[in-house]
Amino acid sequence: MAGSSNGNSKSLVVIQLSGGNDALNTIVPFEEGVYYDNRPSVRYEPEEVLPLENGYGLNPNMAPIKELWDEGNVAIVNGIGYENPNRSHFRSMDIWHTAEPDKVGSEGWLGRVIRDMDPKGENVLTGINFGRGLPRSLACPGVQVASVGDLETYGLFPDIKDEWLRKYALEAFSMMYGAPGKDNVMEFLGQTGTGALAGADILRTAPEQYQSNVEYASDNFSQKMRSIAQVLTADLGTRIFYTDQGSYDTHAGEMIVHTQLVSELSAGIQCFMDDLKEHGKEDDAVVLVFSEFGRRIKDNGSGTDHGAGGVAMLIGNSVNGGMYGEYPSLKEEDQIEGDMKSNNDFRSTYSTILEQWLDLEARPIVNGNFEQFDMIRR
Amino acid sequence: MVIAERSTDISLMAHLMRRAGFGAARDELERRARVGYEATVDELLSPGQANYMAEDIIHRYHVDVLESRFLEAAASNWMYRLATTDRPMEEKIALFWHGIFATGYAKLNQARSVLNQIDMFRRLGLGRFDDLLSELARDPAMIIWLDNQDNHNGSINENWGRELLELFSMGIGNYSEDDIKEASRAFTGWTLGNAEYMAIRSQKDSIWPYSRISWHFGYRDWDHDDGEKTFLGETGNFNGDDIVEIICKQPATAQFIARHIYDFFVADEAPVPQWPYTPPRDPEAVEYLANVYFESDHNIGEMLRACFNSDFFKDAQFERVKCPAELVVGTLRQSGAITRPSDTAMEAAKVAGFMGQSLLAPPSVEGWHEGVEWINSGSIVERVNFASKHMSNVENPGVRAIIDRLDSMNGGHFSPEALVDACLDVVGPLEVEDSTRDSLAQAVGREGDISLRDRAPGDDTEARVGQLLGLIAATREFQLT
Repeated sequence: MAGSSNGNSKSLVVIQLSGGNDALNTIVPFEEGVYYDNRPSVRYEPEEVLPLENGYGLNPNMAPIKELWDEGNVAIVNGIGYENPNRSHFRSMDIWHTAEPDKVGSEGWLGRVIRDMDPKGENVLTGINFGRGLPRSLACPGVQVASVGDLETYGLFPDIKDEWLRKYALEAFSMMYGAPGKDNVMEFLGQTGTGALAGADILRTAPEQYQSNVEYASDNFSQKMRSIAQVLTADLGTRIFYTDQGSYDTHAGEMIVHTQLVSELSAGIQCFMDDLKEHGKEDDAVVLVFSEFGRRIKDNGSGTDHGAGGVAMLIGNSVNGGMYGEYPSLKEEDQIEGDMKSNNDFRSTYSTILEQWLDLEARPIVNGNFEQFDMIRR
Repeated sequence: MVIAERSTDISLMAHLMRRAGFGAARDELERRARVGYEATVDELLSPGQANYMAEDIIHRYHVDVLESRFLEAAASNWMYRLATTDRPMEEKIALFWHGIFATGYAKLNQARSVLNQIDMFRRLGLGRFDDLLSELARDPAMIIWLDNQDNHNGSINENWGRELLELFSMGIGNYSEDDIKEASRAFTGWTLGNAEYMAIRSQKDSIWPYSRISWHFGYRDWDHDDGEKTFLGETGNFNGDDIVEIICKQPATAQFIARHIYDFFVADEAPVPQWPYTPPRDPEAVEYLANVYFESDHNIGEMLRACFNSDFFKDAQFERVKCPAELVVGTLRQSGAITRPSDTAMEAAKVAGFMGQSLLAPPSVEGWHEGVEWINSGSIVERVNFASKHMSNVENPGVRAIIDRLDSMNGGHFSPEALVDACLDVVGPLEVEDSTRDSLAQAVGREGDISLRDRAPGDDTEARVGQLLGLIAATREFQLT
């Protein structure tokens, strides 16, 4: 089952921070007076932050990420975004999902990745979303992606509580969908249902064979990272893992909400990395963390409003740690409508991952040629 | 084996109600069958006042649903209406146009404006195509969606002009790039009436994305290009409505709309982008509908009347894959899962999204990829789980009505095979392959024959029937309409 058509078996784990993560309070420019001028309320003092380099420091609630940084395993992409920023969550997320900033696209970049990895759709588990529904980033005609709300109960008929009744129902489903269909549509339905059932059956084995000394926290995000570790370590041939965390839409009460979110995010990623190491898989996966935009430079007294340029991170044993892109200037004349102006297109980061990590041709996936970073260790 | 009298009439009525609406319970089918098929078609297409769950009742439980500031709340607002209206044709035609004039929340950030557009489809969707297109051109959500507020005298933005021709009326290959430019010129000055006001609000109000006030249309004479234009061979100082009028007399428009009607109401067609290169599945049917378009002075309702009364429609039972809205709403209506405000409507709207159809938020102006493209390994799990959950719940009034009806048949006593046949008949009538029927009979037959006579609400006997209904909702055949 493991492996894929291009002979590369490396995986990408994508964590979407939904709602617009405050880049300024993630990577804090703690030596800049203009940060403190603009952030009378929603800010971190110099003595609080975890210094990284050159006057930039990590949010104090992200100590686990600081540890990974110290090990050289965290690439931070400052000032990431796209031209003509859109401050709608949905539209901006669409842009990141489809790699199409100028028109409304419908194919997801990771959907294309999965199609390139497994052109014949031989493994229904090449890409898995941990969450329900299909994020547009994974949508692509003809590409099968499992969406797993809860790995423990994933599959058909989760509402049938009686174990035997559910078993009978699954048997009946298997027979009904396994029988030949009278035409192409019935045949396709049969194959898809049978594939979904098989995918669910295979996925169910992942928690069963998983053993680990890593203790994840009980929050939703940490548990999803644990599920990803369970599937990744089970060698089911899954190469694209997707999940989200949020909401980072911190218009109000940011210091409380954001603190909790980045704490859970950092702890969940650390556990995941430890888990990979325990299973000897630390060289097999990298984690991309992104958000649809950053937030307004000036706070609103309690939170921050929608902004433009943001921050992304690439984390893993194979990552060339350090700062990439440029930290945007906060000076008024350098702002774009009160926001940080991006200086590197998100498709540069995508292209780097595609070409240097997944061995895929980036251009057709991200709709163009983009300068790459040296973020992957060779 | 007891099957209702005139079962072919019932099957045909069930087919009509699935296509013109979202299915109907057996009692309603029988009532309508007594009235007659053509009379039912007339009744469905005649104007009238819709009854549905009153908004003030919903409002008491879900303030957000009425305000509809968030996408989820607006989609639930529509879901309540879909699940409870007594005029399903109105909702079906709104869904039809929503798929073609696909306008998405993503770029608008204002769910209310898309809901307003849906309401416009209810009002005009069965009338003259010219009127519908004219109103569409004035629809604030559409103006923003296709950038017509950036379409100025002397500096045109072609987005609306192009899609009007390509996706909304004639289809690619029936006009030139110059026609697009000339049409765009005619729509300069067609913009939002309160854009400045909304911009000021957005600067002052940090919750702008969820704005409570709707945009409205405004025409700016000074920004309109009143010069001479040549469009599709005609020359004049055209304004937007002149363009609509010229479009609506084109044979290509008649063909395009006829094919869409065939695709949505009769049988799954090839994907729309392939239409210029792929002949219709039934060219005669499309030609017939296109003729009705001209004979009826571009009347959509008349095209549907001709369609529903045609043999090609009556012969096309189960020739389409249910779109998520059809599957979800059909399940809710048949099971009666929504009788009062509850979380079910919001759940249903969300789950339709999980299945690939977020109402009010189509992925792009090209709308959804329909037909078999609805089916993938993620969506099939959601479809089966949602339908079987509601259809197996014996507390749902629609499910209780099915059990009561079964009880009145055959003395309430059934062999496993007879119970399967009776349930398939009452639920559909649903025609299934032998292998499906055998699997269902095997699943329900583990405990032998079943007698409904001495049952009590929710007991094991009822639960067995519920399980069977849930399994029927899980079949391949149930995915079709």
